[in-house]
Amino acid sequence: MSQTTEYSKKVLDHFMNPRNVGEMEDPSGVGTVGNAKCGDIMRMYLDIDEDGVIREAKFKTFGCGAAVATSSMATELIKGKTIKEALQITNQAVAEALDGLPKIKLHCSLLAEQAIHAALWDYAERHGITIEGLTKPVNDIDETEEFYQMEE
Amino acid sequence: MDRFIYLDNAATTKTSPEVIEAMRPYFGELFGNPASAYTFAGNINSDVDRARKAIAGFINASADEIYFTSGGSESDNWALKGTAFALKNKGKHIITTVIEHHAILNACNYLERSGYDVTYLSVDENGLISLEELKAAIRPDTILISVMFANNEIGTIEPITEIGRIAHEHGILFHTDAVQAYGHIPIDVKHLGIDMLSVSGHKINAPKGIGFLYIRKGIKIEPLIHGGSQERGKRGGTTNVAGIIGLAKATELAAESLDKRAEYERELRDYLIGRIENEIPYALLNGDRSKRLPNNVNFCFRFIEGESMLLLLDQYGICASSGSACTSGSLDPSHVLLAIGRPHEIAHGSLRLTLSEETRKDDIDFTVDTLKHIIERLRSMSPLYEDFIKEKRAGA
Repeated sequence: MSQTTEYSKKVLDHFMNPRNVGEMEDPSGVGTVGNAKCGDIMRMYLDIDEDGVIREAKFKTFGCGAAVATSSMATELIKGKTIKEALQITNQAVAEALDGLPKIKLHCSLLAEQAIHAALWDYAERHGITIEGLTKPVNDIDETEEFYQMEE
Repeated sequence: MDRFIYLDNAATTKTSPEVIEAMRPYFGELFGNPASAYTFAGNINSDVDRARKAIAGFINASADEIYFTSGGSESDNWALKGTAFALKNKGKHIITTVIEHHAILNACNYLERSGYDVTYLSVDENGLISLEELKAAIRPDTILISVMFANNEIGTIEPITEIGRIAHEHGILFHTDAVQAYGHIPIDVKHLGIDMLSVSGHKINAPKGIGFLYIRKGIKIEPLIHGGSQERGKRGGTTNVAGIIGLAKATELAAESLDKRAEYERELRDYLIGRIENEIPYALLNGDRSKRLPNNVNFCFRFIEGESMLLLLDQYGICASSGSACTSGSLDPSHVLLAIGRPHEIAHGSLRLTLSEETRKDDIDFTVDTLKHIIERLRSMSPLYEDFIKEKRAGA
């Protein structure tokens, strides 16, 4: 299997030059999803202002080229968005923004979506609020049914 | 990209110019089918016979024990299924190992579904089987022991002489997949007690699509490919003349250079292993240090994933391979790395570098320098490394 030729130019660009890599000293919310066993772990840090706008997003990812690229793209997509808008960003949106992913890498985009949700969930917990439409994300994406459906 | 450093010689090798030259006439003026009756074809048949004899000589077999195939996978499938079918009245038990190539493992899986029983021997942390476990696995209905000569991922060389002896003490056939060993370490099938041996041409600078199965005289085996009378009626299909001539030439070249090449590669291999161990922290060597193919280097780099390493190495013109899930197309990393006890998250960070006689010290230095930089970069973005460093600081 040749990865380099299967990835879109955008995926390779976001892998080679990932945006928003790093940690945050004092994040509004941080979430980690994935499973080292399967070879993908994503951690997302969010800095959210009083109006509920995502000022800054940072990530760290252990995983393949697609995992890094989807994390990078996800942080780009949510920056400047309100929490409500950020919740609208689905795995499909992340994959589309990267001009698509090879089929066997589609689960990486789901991981990126889950990472956003996990960081928002942490933010809500820290502030004692409920975010409409947000359910507690599972830490291990293997447990979700959607994951298996996407693999097929 | 000016630089091109090919460190994936266990995946395939470049067909050497001498091999291409030796093959060339058989694509052109010497196109005849060696099975035909006229002199033109008969001469070609003689060339194939000469090639067969040369190859047989290299492993101390006789020419009529060499059966040409399409390569390693066919040879492995034939050895397993062919003996299983031929000996089904004697018994239905086969012994192999957990670290075999998928050509063996999936053929065994097929045989299991067809009513055969397979025992998979475990390996130690260096990838070596236990002879005691092998002896204990033998049953009255065991018909075949198949253990690879040397592992394709971690380069570990198995105790072939001892396995051959144990097999024969119990009257059991012994097959070995020698795809990675042939042409790299000396093989004497008689001395080693090997009954069947699989070889692939493209691993030793012959083209893809040619290989052979050595079958000791007197062994009962069913054909895998039924067809014409080629290969003494054991393997149908028009003779791959050019491929056979190429394999014989590649074998001749490998035989001539074997000692010197192995010595050169071994020195370079140990230099590469040494530099990585001294200069890259949290690097774990996979495979046995001494019982190891001369050209194989395999490491796990903790906290990072293999495919991302390969993509970055590719940017510098370095070709390598990994046993991570992302390079295997499944969720599980290499079965070999799991078998030697590497946990999943560490197995995902493996890198295999396989050298050739064309690899220069300068290539190795550039590769290690690049690798240091790449690993540092990937670790700086790894949440696993972040947690590890934080825990380390908290503990200190």
